[in-house]
Amino acid sequence: MINQKTINATLHLADTTLILAQKNSEWCAHGPILEQDIAITNITLDLIGQSRMFYQYAAELINEVENKNETEDTLAYFRSEREFKNFLIAELPNGDWAQTILRQFFFSCFHQLLFEKLQHIEDKQISAIAVKSLKEINYHVKWSSEWVIRLGDGTLESHSRMVKAIEILWPYTGEFFNAEENDLIEVKKIKSNWIQKIEAVFFEANLLIPGNVFMQTGGKQGIHTEHLGYILTEMQSLQRAYPGLEW
Amino acid sequence: MINPKDHIYSILEKIFDPEIPVLTIIDLGIVRDVIIIDEQTIEIVITPTYSGCPAMDVISFEIKLALLESGYKNIKVTYTLSPAWTTDWMSESGKRKLLEYGIAPPKKNSSRVNKMLFEEETNVSCPQCNSSNTNQLSEFGSTACKSLYKCNDCNEVFDYFKCH
Ligand SMILES: [Zn+2]
Repeated sequence: MINQKTINATLHLADTTLILAQKNSEWCAHGPILEQDIAITNITLDLIGQSRMFYQYAAELINEVENKNETEDTLAYFRSEREFKNFLIAELPNGDWAQTILRQFFFSCFHQLLFEKLQHIEDKQISAIAVKSLKEINYHVKWSSEWVIRLGDGTLESHSRMVKAIEILWPYTGEFFNAEENDLIEVKKIKSNWIQKIEAVFFEANLLIPGNVFMQTGGKQGIHTEHLGYILTEMQSLQRAYPGLEW
Repeated sequence: MINPKDHIYSILEKIFDPEIPVLTIIDLGIVRDVIIIDEQTIEIVITPTYSGCPAMDVISFEIKLALLESGYKNIKVTYTLSPAWTTDWMSESGKRKLLEYGIAPPKKNSSRVNKMLFEEETNVSCPQCNSSNTNQLSEFGSTACKSLYKCNDCNEVFDYFKCH
């Protein structure tokens, strides 16, 4: 039986990967060196691919339940800010390379733990997407971990930039573990594993996890920062101006 | 009379991957099933290599085109995600063709994908001089499925089709 919960959960997974990909793609042709420009855009392509699989599945479910005609494109291009359920961390500005790396690291570590659980859930399509995506996410975790260590344990300049990035991004990591009615797994249960992963890499990188700070929430409920509106305006502008336009 | 399934496979064997044009879609192992519904109607089931592989739409189009040209009227191309694609499905002839093309083929056993931090796949042989004295420049290469290596003997930079 299809329920609204699965649809909402699938859209949340699709939205987060899409918005993060959209932000990361700004690095295309602007990366610090060519190899890393290619790396971040490869990761972005993986995220877009994962996002497409979730949107396609969400569209299929919505069409079955509500007798509509949604597609991956209508879901990505014709939903408004409040309808997007991505994590807030995905929509934040890229900042410098340190901030982009750290966000990818925080998210990929969470993504890996989440999908390791999702691959065993009852819903066959979501579990198939999780199994497939995990192969890619493992690369993302490795790559971003290595960069956190390189920068954290690098020069005074790179270290101080990582410290600043932690200050900016840490308050947006609490949202990963905020339980909500649409969750497909118990997110609280993966929190300690996530902290361990972060701690292990931070130890190598000479970095520290901040003490208790106020954690931002709202993305999963559609309450966003001021940044999402700009992202959607740009991303959706072509389809809004010429609905249904194809290459 | 030739088995109709074999006939369809012989058509699919002539369709090349748009990004690595020496490999056919059969070499890559992305054709998962051929279902003959009736004499003119067939379904081809394919699986993507990587989630974001931009070649899938082109491949799907080329499959339809090739089969239409061979007289089939109704062709459906569907996607499956499970089991997830692995480089272990690449044919031996595909690996040989990759090597001749200048891309180091994936080594057997995709289970070795999970590496330690800063660990790179070693003993990747240079497709130019066959030396195994090579090292990784970047885990992410010109496409998602490749990483970038350099040969320390002949100094050539080359792509390695990484295990997945
Ligand atoms: Zn060589």
